[in-house]
Amino acid sequence: MKGSVLPVLTVVCGIFVIWYAAAVWLNATWAYDKAARSGVELSTQMLIADAWSQEKPKLPAPHQVAVEIWKTTVEKKITSKRSLIYHSWITLSATLLGFALGTALGIALAVGIIYNRTMDRSVMPWIIASQTIPILAIAPMIIVVLNAAGISGLLPKATISMYLSFFPVVVGMVKGLRSPDQMQLDQMRTWSASGAQTFWRLRLPASMPYLFTSLKIGMAASLVGAIVGELPTGAVAGLGARLLAGSYYGQTIQIWSALLMAAALAAALVGLIGLIQRITLSRMGMA
Amino acid sequence: MSKESVISARQLDLTFRTSDGPVHALKDVSLDIKRGEFVSFIGPSGCGKTTFLRCMADLEHPTGGEISVNGVSAEEARRARAYGYVFQAAGLYPWRTIGGNVRLPLEIMGYERSDQDARVKRVLELVELDGFERKYPWQLSGGMQQRASIARALAFDADILLMDEPFGALDEIVRDHLNEQLLKLWARTEKTIAFVTHSIPEAVYLSTRIVVMSPRPGRITDVIESPLPAERPLEIRDTQAFLDVAHRVREGLRAGHVDD
Ligand SMILES: Nc1ncnc2c1ncn2[C@@H]1O[C@H](COP(=O)(O)OP(=O)(O)OP(=O)(O)O)[C@@H](O)[C@H]1O
Ligand SMILES: [Mg+2]
Repeated sequence: MKGSVLPVLTVVCGIFVIWYAAAVWLNATWAYDKAARSGVELSTQMLIADAWSQEKPKLPAPHQVAVEIWKTTVEKKITSKRSLIYHSWITLSATLLGFALGTALGIALAVGIIYNRTMDRSVMPWIIASQTIPILAIAPMIIVVLNAAGISGLLPKATISMYLSFFPVVVGMVKGLRSPDQMQLDQMRTWSASGAQTFWRLRLPASMPYLFTSLKIGMAASLVGAIVGELPTGAVAGLGARLLAGSYYGQTIQIWSALLMAAALAAALVGLIGLIQRITLSRMGMA
Repeated sequence: MSKESVISARQLDLTFRTSDGPVHALKDVSLDIKRGEFVSFIGPSGCGKTTFLRCMADLEHPTGGEISVNGVSAEEARRARAYGYVFQAAGLYPWRTIGGNVRLPLEIMGYERSDQDARVKRVLELVELDGFERKYPWQLSGGMQQRASIARALAFDADILLMDEPFGALDEIVRDHLNEQLLKLWARTEKTIAFVTHSIPEAVYLSTRIVVMSPRPGRITDVIESPLPAERPLEIRDTQAFLDVAHRVREGLRAGHVDD
């Protein structure tokens, strides 16, 4: 743990250096234009100062984003429409619901594929095909169709999350449930174990490491799904809505703060699964 | 030999259909194993020892002939949990402790909780693993894991023990020790044991009867009754009687090889 602090810090510092440099480079044009219009000669120092403090920069500097995040989290009431925490919660709730649905669907499909020859042969190609369709194309349709059926709000977004997150779970769980070798299955036969006993005592525990790996990918995909689900609805709330509104009005700082919030959310969720994984597997004596 | 037959094979035939044609794994195999016998199967690789054992266990289905276990078909015997099977690899579940692994078949067979505890304790003592109940398999040496897998096969009330090269991967000294233990265990539990091995000394040391097999197609070429006494210290391996039996087994193996 201690040994990794220095490398991580080095990388973070590197990212900040590149970020600040890129901000100067990308925002310079606008700074020069402004200066030319008002007939001022820009020194390098002035250029940098301007590039890091524009109101609608092409690329906001890190401290601008930090200030924006501070203002919209700590200094706003959680119930305020301008609170980033409020918007994060909207997205998070859809993410979690979609993730739960996707995980359940994924596990159910995997069990079906393991135990049913017909499903084994026919379902997998469809599952793979489902993931080759760009989510941006299918998301509006899901929203529209569900809206037409009278379902709106959380569920349509969660459906898109589910659509993205069930896939890694199916793939991982099929592999995991099939991971016991022939000898272990024969062993169960020698004890005349029932199918259910073989499932609960052999296949399922053997699949745990696979499940957790899948859940991490599924959680990240689920968050992406929830955000994408907020884009086409003209949604008024959620990180996706913040991204969309930000891009309408050229509020790049707002976009970036929403992006960073989404990244932090993803990191926290995936980290949480990692923690549960560590606890579970060490309880099971597998780690 | 007036004792009843526990395992009885009549003209057993088994042909595997593979992508490069049929493999004749067993041909015209007939054998009776009596209650309380310790029968070893020895022969070159691929002669069908494992296949024969798996037929007894109803893990493989013969394409011809008949096999009965405890007087019923192999399948019924398996359903009645008539035997414990020890595979070549210990095959312990990494997510269960040693105790949990031994307990596994007991859970599956629906033994009472208190009975489970008592049995786990007893069989772990039997294989000298008392004190390791709460350890995980990776915390044990290969030999200890193999002992745990034997304990697991002994935990429930099956009077037949089928063992497929259980000590194949172990070094000579551990193997000697486990052989000694196995004999004691056999004497104490009065089980009927079918034991596959590649080692002539192991076969001679352990068995009341040695079945020599040869490949292509897999068949029985010789069955040797051991004249050795039931009481067998390890030193018995230096006696003339022992060497005579070993010699006969080696002759049998060589004869099987001639037609190659
Ligand atoms: N499931 C299977 N499918 C096809 N062929 C098989 C199968 N199992 C065994 N065989 C073939 O049957 C023959 C006998 O195999 P078996 O495993 O019984 O030999 P063995 O005497 O146990 O050998 P070893 O001493 O190497 O364990 C071999 O030629 C093997 O290739
Ligand atoms: Mg074998």
